[in-house]
Amino acid sequence: MKWGVVRFPGSLDDFDALHALRDLLDQDAELLWHKDPSLRGAECIVLPGGFSYGDYLRCGAIARFAPIMESVARFAADGGLVIGICNGFQILCEAHLLPGALTRNRSLSFICDWAFVRVENAGTPFTRAAKAREILRLPIKHGEGCYVAPANELAGMEERGQVLLRYVDAEGHESDQANPNGSMHAIAGIANGRFNVFGLMPHPEHAVEKMLGGEDGLKIFRSMVGASA
Amino acid sequence: MQARIYVTPRKGILDPQGRAVEGALKSLGLTGVESVHVGRYIVVELDAPSQAAGEELVRKMCGDLLANPNIEDYRFEVDA
Repeated sequence: MKWGVVRFPGSLDDFDALHALRDLLDQDAELLWHKDPSLRGAECIVLPGGFSYGDYLRCGAIARFAPIMESVARFAADGGLVIGICNGFQILCEAHLLPGALTRNRSLSFICDWAFVRVENAGTPFTRAAKAREILRLPIKHGEGCYVAPANELAGMEERGQVLLRYVDAEGHESDQANPNGSMHAIAGIANGRFNVFGLMPHPEHAVEKMLGGEDGLKIFRSMVGASA
Repeated sequence: MQARIYVTPRKGILDPQGRAVEGALKSLGLTGVESVHVGRYIVVELDAPSQAAGEELVRKMCGDLLANPNIEDYRFEVDA
């Protein structure tokens, strides 16, 4: 499967995504430059983590206007698979490819830690390699990860199963303490209504080998290999 | 022509920054603080044919980029 990993000025995790895809999943993955609107035939797009455009104005707000984003929006509208990780999630929200927004962590602190997330919907192209209600252990590292959306929007998303990952404790229970950033409904990752665009704050690309502390992240990418929305 | 734009956290949206500043003001012993909201102040120099055209332009800027309607409100003033 052909993957394109978009690099914006300030992207940090593009190489980790390439490593996960190429070296561990034997995928054909290449970097795409933000100024070049061509997706080079990619069947799957990754918007990686980092601090695109220095997080100026709002995280992801400027990246949304990069020339490549018009192509990404068209690709998504045609049903192509897009995953946005951390800053990529913020960009997808700013680009209105996903509902809601990501705001300053409740603690006001940048968080760098491991988090447990529960797979709330295992019937999607992004989660089908996991079991329903499975607990994944993934790293988080962000200052603006508090997910916010209007109450009626949230209710609709919950009903349609668009909440794919929710922060829980190691036993899989929801609690205020297990919610690292204050996200509404403890949301860690959501999909659009068509289930071909996925955004998440945790970093699956950093958890792909035992020596990195865990390999639960592979389940996300494995789900996407060969998937279509 | 100059536009001065004020972007503030939308009412009802968690504003941890405002709350932290509120706490700091109170810890200074300053009484009479009810609440604090921290936002963003943007100044744009405009070249527009009229006040109305300038306002229209700023409204578009705010809607498209300067504010995120999911989480922020904005208001602005435009003058020659």
